[in-house]
Amino acid sequence: MQHGKYRFIVGFLALPLGLYALFVVWPFVQSIYYSFTDWTGLSPEFKMVGLDNYRRMIHDDIFWKSLQHSLMFAVVLPLVTISLALFFAFMINVGGRRRRGGPVVSGVRGSSFYKIVYFFPQVLSIAIVSLLFAFAYNPDSGAINSLLRGIGLDGLQPLWLGDPSLALWCVMAVLVWSTVGFFVVLFSAGMASIPTDLYEAALLDGAGRATTFFRLTLPLLWDTVQSGWVYMGILALGAESFAVVQIMTTGPGGPDYSTTVLVLYVYQKAFRDGQAAYATTIGVALLVVTLAFAAVVMRLGRRERLEY
Amino acid sequence: MTTTESDVTVTKVEPAAPEPPRAKREGGVLNAFSHGILIIWAVMVVTPLLWAVMTSFKDDRSIFSSPWALPDKLHFDNWSRAWTQANMSDYFLNTILVVGGSLIGTLVLGSMAAYVLARFDFPGNRFIYYLFIGGMSFPIMLALVPLFYVVNNMGLLNTIHGLILVYIAYSLPFTVFFLTAFFRTLPTSVAEAAFVDGASHTRTFFQIMLPMAKPGLISVGIFNFLGQWNQYMLPTVLNTDPDKHVLTQGLVQLAVSQGYKGDWSGLFAGLVMAMLPVLAAYIVFQRQVVAGLTAGALK
Repeated sequence: MQHGKYRFIVGFLALPLGLYALFVVWPFVQSIYYSFTDWTGLSPEFKMVGLDNYRRMIHDDIFWKSLQHSLMFAVVLPLVTISLALFFAFMINVGGRRRRGGPVVSGVRGSSFYKIVYFFPQVLSIAIVSLLFAFAYNPDSGAINSLLRGIGLDGLQPLWLGDPSLALWCVMAVLVWSTVGFFVVLFSAGMASIPTDLYEAALLDGAGRATTFFRLTLPLLWDTVQSGWVYMGILALGAESFAVVQIMTTGPGGPDYSTTVLVLYVYQKAFRDGQAAYATTIGVALLVVTLAFAAVVMRLGRRERLEY
Repeated sequence: MTTTESDVTVTKVEPAAPEPPRAKREGGVLNAFSHGILIIWAVMVVTPLLWAVMTSFKDDRSIFSSPWALPDKLHFDNWSRAWTQANMSDYFLNTILVVGGSLIGTLVLGSMAAYVLARFDFPGNRFIYYLFIGGMSFPIMLALVPLFYVVNNMGLLNTIHGLILVYIAYSLPFTVFFLTAFFRTLPTSVAEAAFVDGASHTRTFFQIMLPMAKPGLISVGIFNFLGQWNQYMLPTVLNTDPDKHVLTQGLVQLAVSQGYKGDWSGLFAGLVMAMLPVLAAYIVFQRQVVAGLTAGALK
């Protein structure tokens, strides 16, 4: 298979690699370089300023707020989503009534129906979902407050996205709503591949459902949970939090910077305020946070791999 | 659930015996409980979607005065207004062009690179592979600042083909990652036989390997289709000309401009219009979509 091998390799790699290098790798390298300059993005001139941007960043309160919110997105959001999804997936796959003569473990009735419905939000654009919920959260005429009025809770009419102490939770709730289904399906696939004789053995030993879940299902599913966490954390630090915050919140990022996240702050500095160099500096911080997050989750979660 | 000693011995001696009544009752309560929660979440997922469909048939006044009331009559004119006056038809066309072009490009270029990386040994193979894979965990926003100027300097800003090229470039990391793993699992003997029979590497790839890789291409194709169809961040930065807007940014633009135009019912019609094709496609190709989307996280 040697004949013309290298010509073939070069021919096949040139186009994809060239495109990738030009639009992905090169801009990444450039942005790290720009973070040491005073480039505005508006004119082609700039000069090196050393660590000035980084010094400015350390004293920038909005940066610290954004960082804090981004970390919440990466830690709290996957925690809530994955816990809910594990619970649902366990109920769907193992939670069924034990019928006499039937299999030892079985899903609840209608399990495939639940899986189909839960997955709906996952195929929709996060932009469309955000628009929909922005309406629902509207304090005067939105669906949520009018539902509260409808059931007699006239006194309970929160401002939702307008309340600085609530807004971030409202935004996160939307992401939970749209991602739980993905993990339910993911974990269901994992649970289906656990052999039933393990469940049988647990049952014979008198394990209840809670014990079965924590001692059997969760350890065997750990790899999937872990990679799911990294996957969701990276999305929540990047594209997804950008869309929800930019579309739903006032400002965007408000009220009073209560919902701003790193990815949105980069965007605003570069394309609204004409401070491209400073934007790339915050972007570098975002990169460090993302890589550190992935490393920490993989490290904390490292366990002996279970074979079954 | 607590279990007493006697339960254990009973089940151990006679595994097929009916469960003790106490455990059964408890199981029934738990069962009702779990069913209840599953139903509540299903309602929570479906309600906002049904509410959007219902709202798209109402007139502007009742959207705000009574958000939960059924429409007095079906205002189909909302839909036609959204399609023609609110430019939904243009947004659809732009999205189809962009996603169509980038999906084909992603699959062709991605499978070419993945095939070479999976099947050929050459210096730098590992380096190029990890260069592609690294793109999956890097925050795209960091690259977007200089990318804006790269694209601008090439005269590709606010063009459909410029957007297509960028979509392809950012879809390559996952596509290469997924297809490299897939090509490794395919048997080598068929390609070797073709090569012995005098087929060139290129011909072997297009006529033998690609058809064999069809299941992998479908999975990764669905993954990319949904990602590109729903893309919001890239077009927001690189495609600011209102005439070239894709669906997601067009709808967001529409929502912003309704602040003074006041055609909310038209906006809801537009939202539902954008949701329905994807939901319909999901219900039809349910199994493939789920396989395609979960493939990434399972690897």
